[in-house]
Amino acid sequence: MTRSESSPAGTLPGPETPGYQPNVPLERSIFRFIMKYSKRQQLVVLALTFISWPIIYLTLELPKAIIDQAIGQQEGWARDVLGAEMEQITVLMVLSFGFLFFVILSGSIKYVLNVYAGRLGEQMLRRLRYMLYSRILRFPLPHFKKVSQGEIIPMITAEVEPVGGYIGTATSTPMYFGGLLLVYLGFIFAQDVFLGLAATALYPLQIYIIPKLQKKVVDLGKKRVKEVRLLADNIGESIGGVADIHANDTSIYEKASIARRLDRIYNIRYEIFRRKFAIKFLNSFMAQLTPFFFYAIGGYLVITGDMTIGALTAVLAAYKDLSSPWKELLNYYQLQADIKVKYEQVIEQFDLPNLFDESLQMTDDTGPASLGGTLDVANLAYAEDGQSKTIDGATFSIGLAKHTAVVGASGSGRDELALLLARLVKGTGGRIDIAGKPINGLPESFTGRHFSFAGSAPYLFSTSLRENLVYGLRHRPVQMPEYADSEKSERDRYISDARASANIDADPDADWLDYEAAGIGDRSALDQKCLDYIRLVDLGDDLYQFGLRGTIDPEDRPDLAEAVLKARVALHQRLAEANQSALVEPFDQAKYNSNATVAENLLFGTPASDALDIERLAEHPYVREVIRRAGLSDPLLKTGIKLAETMVEIFADLPPGHAFFDQFSFFGSDEMPDYQQLLARTSGQSPTEMRVDDRLRLRSLSLKLIPSRHRLGLITEDIQEKVLRVREMFAEGLPKDLQGAVEFFDPNRYNRAATLQDNILFGKVSYGEANAATKLALMIGDVLDSLSLRDAVMIAGLEYSVGVAGARLSAAQRQKVNIARCLIKRPELLVVNEGISNLDGAAQRRVLDAVLKEMRGRGVIWSLHRPGFARNFDHVLVLKAGKVAEQGAFSELDKSGSALQELLKSE
Amino acid sequence: MSLNEEVECLRNIPMFANIEPSKLKLLAFTSERHAYNEGEFLFHQGDEGDSAYIIVDGEADVIINTDDGPLTIAHFKKNTIIGEIAILTDVPRTATVKATTRVDTMVISKELFFRLVMEFPQIAIEIMRELAKRLEATNARVRELSAA
Repeated sequence: MTRSESSPAGTLPGPETPGYQPNVPLERSIFRFIMKYSKRQQLVVLALTFISWPIIYLTLELPKAIIDQAIGQQEGWARDVLGAEMEQITVLMVLSFGFLFFVILSGSIKYVLNVYAGRLGEQMLRRLRYMLYSRILRFPLPHFKKVSQGEIIPMITAEVEPVGGYIGTATSTPMYFGGLLLVYLGFIFAQDVFLGLAATALYPLQIYIIPKLQKKVVDLGKKRVKEVRLLADNIGESIGGVADIHANDTSIYEKASIARRLDRIYNIRYEIFRRKFAIKFLNSFMAQLTPFFFYAIGGYLVITGDMTIGALTAVLAAYKDLSSPWKELLNYYQLQADIKVKYEQVIEQFDLPNLFDESLQMTDDTGPASLGGTLDVANLAYAEDGQSKTIDGATFSIGLAKHTAVVGASGSGRDELALLLARLVKGTGGRIDIAGKPINGLPESFTGRHFSFAGSAPYLFSTSLRENLVYGLRHRPVQMPEYADSEKSERDRYISDARASANIDADPDADWLDYEAAGIGDRSALDQKCLDYIRLVDLGDDLYQFGLRGTIDPEDRPDLAEAVLKARVALHQRLAEANQSALVEPFDQAKYNSNATVAENLLFGTPASDALDIERLAEHPYVREVIRRAGLSDPLLKTGIKLAETMVEIFADLPPGHAFFDQFSFFGSDEMPDYQQLLARTSGQSPTEMRVDDRLRLRSLSLKLIPSRHRLGLITEDIQEKVLRVREMFAEGLPKDLQGAVEFFDPNRYNRAATLQDNILFGKVSYGEANAATKLALMIGDVLDSLSLRDAVMIAGLEYSVGVAGARLSAAQRQKVNIARCLIKRPELLVVNEGISNLDGAAQRRVLDAVLKEMRGRGVIWSLHRPGFARNFDHVLVLKAGKVAEQGAFSELDKSGSALQELLKSE
Repeated sequence: MSLNEEVECLRNIPMFANIEPSKLKLLAFTSERHAYNEGEFLFHQGDEGDSAYIIVDGEADVIINTDDGPLTIAHFKKNTIIGEIAILTDVPRTATVKATTRVDTMVISKELFFRLVMEFPQIAIEIMRELAKRLEATNARVRELSAA
């Protein structure tokens, strides 16, 4: 903790973060947003802009002075500059260098201004995105039934992106180019007032017409944003329902729907750029109209002698300068109109009624250490906007240390009641008091630690099983990471930048786990705790399998790696003792392993990186070279031919697509004609006459052979000997780019690329032995138990990656993990809504009993889909049409004619 | 033992004797090899039967449970097929088979067998022929017994 004291790196989110305010309303207009959060910075931008004006004027004025005063004069001319008499050349040099100086100065100011404004824009964008994200975490839950991810995500990612760029230039662009325009105009007016008027004569017309045309474009822009959101939504739905699309042959229909959506976007965009180009055309036409007047009227004046030709050319040159800032201003106007719409369209989606009170999310008030007393519900009502009430006047009171079952038919309000009691939704009438306090006033720091909620479809995060289990302990950072001095300044920069955008500055790399809540002292006891709960929810065997099939880094876990090596020795010893050595064929450097493929025999190791693919080993140049040097090229080729011939002979009569191809053949039925042609082509050819790709294909084929599985007698002793030679040569001459790409089999070393199970086996399971896999699984289990390693393997299994939304787990496994996640933080009140409904009947019973036993003395409210389970609870609430129909002990309610019995009968 | 030897082994079994060699090759290639140590059981009486075994090497006892305890009723040697009834019809194993030496077998699963028969009806005909022969032999025996 010492480090966190030395820097502000350890501040918790909440009121103590400087500048933090809860429940900040969103500004509905972008100008108010800009003014509210960047007034000071915008003033800096303005100041820099003002400074640049006189300098720009000087860069215009100096060239004129150079030409008029220095170059254009007679030779031998001299004049006073700053009290010193100077030669013409000197004056020229002074003025030229002065010009250079101001050009550099003006460029530098512009650079500083751009960087400053760009940074400001990024800060404001970051602030806006953070505000919007924070809002999502405050949306009332039912809102997520109405909006999809597909709509919300692009708002925060893509739609607000240009807003940042705009904000940086919001004041600087109009001021800079406006100023530039004024400077140039001043210059023209100083030359000739009449021509100045002529140059600007069409400006009022443009100022009047352009916004009118622009308005239509802005409206189209609004429509476009909406259509793109719907497109995102459509795509999201297609991804979510992709299995159903395949299952129902609706891909054509979905494509048609998307095509129509694309057509709408296409039409809008087409319309937008047609109009944009029309505006552009009009603009440039008007810009050229003015020179037309200059030529026509100015020329007439020159001819009549009322104006010098020099004045006309000067004005024409000045007008040319004028058009560029004017164009920039018009562009700015278009951008501004566009951004305004984008901003407003995003904001209106986030400005919802009934948001969660942010101050309830941000405080650290955890309330009392334990909950006592009762949970009192009075006249509770709940209805989702505009729909009929699902909870309608429920009134009851239950002990917070008691186990309460909530039963009722579907639609009785059972689901909603669970959500209300877990404070995940707010009631629309009545009240819920927890130990005398209204539930709606409790901060999340209270509810999130004292309550656990297990719904029927829990969400698991795409990370390891362990991280998911301890997710409920991540409330606040408890221990700052150790930063080296060099990293500290980066951390301090992070904090100051986060604060500049009103982002939270808490460190995600800190240790966030609330060990105390889990009832343990520190991290060392955490894994064991995880195991306890995994076993409690009946997931122990699964976790053990994850562990066996997972890999570990022996540098992280040297103890486990060493223990696995012991298990390896013990397993083989045990096999020998039981006369079962034939079950595994161990890897032996000097022996050909007849239960492994030729490729595995060649490599004699596990690929540890992408540099080598065991499926395509024959294609690797180094492998090819070693094979050639060992004289294995031709034998492999001949074997490949024989193998292909055998496959063609055996499988030729089977219809294409027959299941045997997938199960047994070396190539699919669609490749059969290819191989038939290949055999016809190569018959009678010597290896050198064959095509390179034919040779490669045939050799690849033979590398897949497993002698004891395929029993084709093709891997002769000669080949085996040569393979052993290749094996040796391969490892000896391993080129630099392949160092570390293979973990070679070594009886005395842990293989980090192989699974724990393969490390213990250190060999191949024999194909010819009956029930080898089952027997070995049992034996490995025995060996691990005898070495007290089962827990260590299970802990390794905690690294198992659960996949996106837990997709690599079954629905039942996800529910089990969730129950464990709920219990690990030792809640005072566990609310379950069908949280184990996907488990099989026997497992439901086991998990329910175990959970209730674990929660003895603490509160449980369980909304049951099987009313029979209510028998195990202290108290039963029977819901009917949103009201409590009856309540009491199960034995009291279980009598003829009761609502409970009606439910029990229909079960 | 290579595929060709396995095919030879299959040809020695009357049920497969008249089937084309290429089909026997497919049957051999798609079947698995299982070895059993002396004293291990291939299956037990009453088990659900899902595959037939061809003894490629070794010997096994066929044992049935009687009221007086287990009774060995037959002794199988190389090139015999065991449990083929189970893959033709859904009856539980009628006897227990125990390896008396180390036994090497080819295992033909029910699924594999049916796929082959469906693909190559000629196999079915050969099997019908074999079954008819067996039936005739049984009938003859019944006649003998009733005559006696």
